[in-house]
Amino acid sequence: MPVLELSNISKHFGAIHAVNDVSLSIEPGEVVGLMGDNGAGKSTLVKMIAGNYQPTSGSMKLDGKEVVLHRPVEARRHGIEIVHQDLALCNNLTAAANVFLGREMRFGFGPFSVLDYQGMYKRAGELFRDLKSETRPRDLIKQMSGGQRQAVAIARTMLSNAKVVLMDEPTAAISVRQVAEVLTHIKHLRDQGVAIVLISHRMPDVFSVGDRVIVLRRGRKVADKRIAQSSPEEVTGLITGAIEQV
Amino acid sequence: MALTLDETIAKQGTTWSSRLLSSQVFWVFIAIVIACIFLAIKQPVFLGQQNLYNITRNFTFTAIIALGMTFVIITGGIDLSVGSVLCLCSMVIATTMHAGAPLYVGVSAALAAGLAVGLFNGVLIAYLGFPSFVVTLGMLSAARSFAMIASNNQTVFQFGPDHDKLLKLGGGAINILGAQLSLPVVYTLVLAAITGFLLRWTKFGRHVFAIGGNEHAATLAGIPVRPIKVVVFMISSLTAAIAGIVETGWLGAVTTNIGAGMELQVIAAAVIGGASLIGGAGTAIGALVGAALIEIIRNSLGLLGINPFWQGTVIGLAIVVAVAFERVRQLRLRD
Repeated sequence: MPVLELSNISKHFGAIHAVNDVSLSIEPGEVVGLMGDNGAGKSTLVKMIAGNYQPTSGSMKLDGKEVVLHRPVEARRHGIEIVHQDLALCNNLTAAANVFLGREMRFGFGPFSVLDYQGMYKRAGELFRDLKSETRPRDLIKQMSGGQRQAVAIARTMLSNAKVVLMDEPTAAISVRQVAEVLTHIKHLRDQGVAIVLISHRMPDVFSVGDRVIVLRRGRKVADKRIAQSSPEEVTGLITGAIEQV
Repeated sequence: MALTLDETIAKQGTTWSSRLLSSQVFWVFIAIVIACIFLAIKQPVFLGQQNLYNITRNFTFTAIIALGMTFVIITGGIDLSVGSVLCLCSMVIATTMHAGAPLYVGVSAALAAGLAVGLFNGVLIAYLGFPSFVVTLGMLSAARSFAMIASNNQTVFQFGPDHDKLLKLGGGAINILGAQLSLPVVYTLVLAAITGFLLRWTKFGRHVFAIGGNEHAATLAGIPVRPIKVVVFMISSLTAAIAGIVETGWLGAVTTNIGAGMELQVIAAAVIGGASLIGGAGTAIGALVGAALIEIIRNSLGLLGINPFWQGTVIGLAIVVAVAFERVRQLRLRD
């Protein structure tokens, strides 16, 4: 059964049809590359999945049950996590503090509870180990490399047993070596049964970790193919419009 | 030699001593100790009871507000209104008690006035998006004006039936293990302990730091950014109100120029103690140490017979040196 299923989703901003009648489904443990030129509707689509926007029409199912998400917190509650392009980390805090930002572990109860530093360091350390990352829970974000920061942002999505992780250009602004590191993290996340939507401009990334590629052009889905049956040339053609649809 | 992942994770980069040596607060503290030793040798009067009494008095009022200011500065804001809020709250307690109200009513009224000012500042800043500099600059002007209206710009020195209680609240002392400790010092230490606890051990404190580090990230993480910003401005005004109450009791008289220019001294104390004006850093102990250094500088220049006009220069120098220290550390960190 697909973990995420969109049926005929559309989003109109006035006369602009940002996303037009898109349907797709993703299985657990599947990595789907979402590609398209600027303005193709990728981020609008992702923002609907993440609860930032409500679709104008169409429906969304999680684990076979229909859901309507009004706010990002609701999406998170349903097991949808997002890794933002700018990572959204606090440079002045430790890796562990960032992983637990907004859902800190505490002792005690109610207003008399205190932060559980040891518990958070330990759990964050376990998550980094699962990702095979050398990130240390006590290090400050400002002391870290781009790849380690990505690991922190990804570890954050693993806190709550996420079902779907949306990643917005995770390899856009980091060095080649770190890209390899991030792709490894994505594979580890996938191995734990998480469905991943990878928004990327970088063809090699999608072709190295993706199982499937979905191409959007001017708000419409023009391709939804297994990676093995496609090629970078074909996807480029689909993105630019040289190939109409497959 | 290659370390395994577990070993790397276990080898936590910074040790206790290296963290201490790289902390601004520690070096400011060392500077204070050196200054004190130097003064004690050079001018034995320095350790005289009257002088220590003066130092602690001036130190506590700055320190109490610096504690509240630290919350605001950590979120990346600034509160310029504290000096005027101190004046307003002093006038509120003075005039209500002068009119015959008992101590607890006067104290409650002053605290309520402080909280109301903080709420107003906070709502304008957090919900209407005004820069904190502008809102609190306006309040700096308005709050002192309210104090003048409330008192008709008269000095108040009679505090009704609970007059003596108020003087005792601000000027009293308690005996702890044989040492006389003036009450304002006790209040300062208690407030510092509360501040330290809130910042280090609570979810609220963690979120205050997160907002200062990256407000956008804090919002995305589901942290209630706007309510927290309102609360930090209320804390700042509340500490100004507490300082106002204590100072009123200590002085035994209130005029409308009490606390004038104090905001800058408070901000200087917080910054010398390691709070960062771009947000994201600051500690309770830093606020205390910063306030202490400023007071020691002022006091020592006087004792050494140096023209008091130099005080501003030396305090200004201390601010810049303290921050330069932090800059050097950050540059080294980047390499």
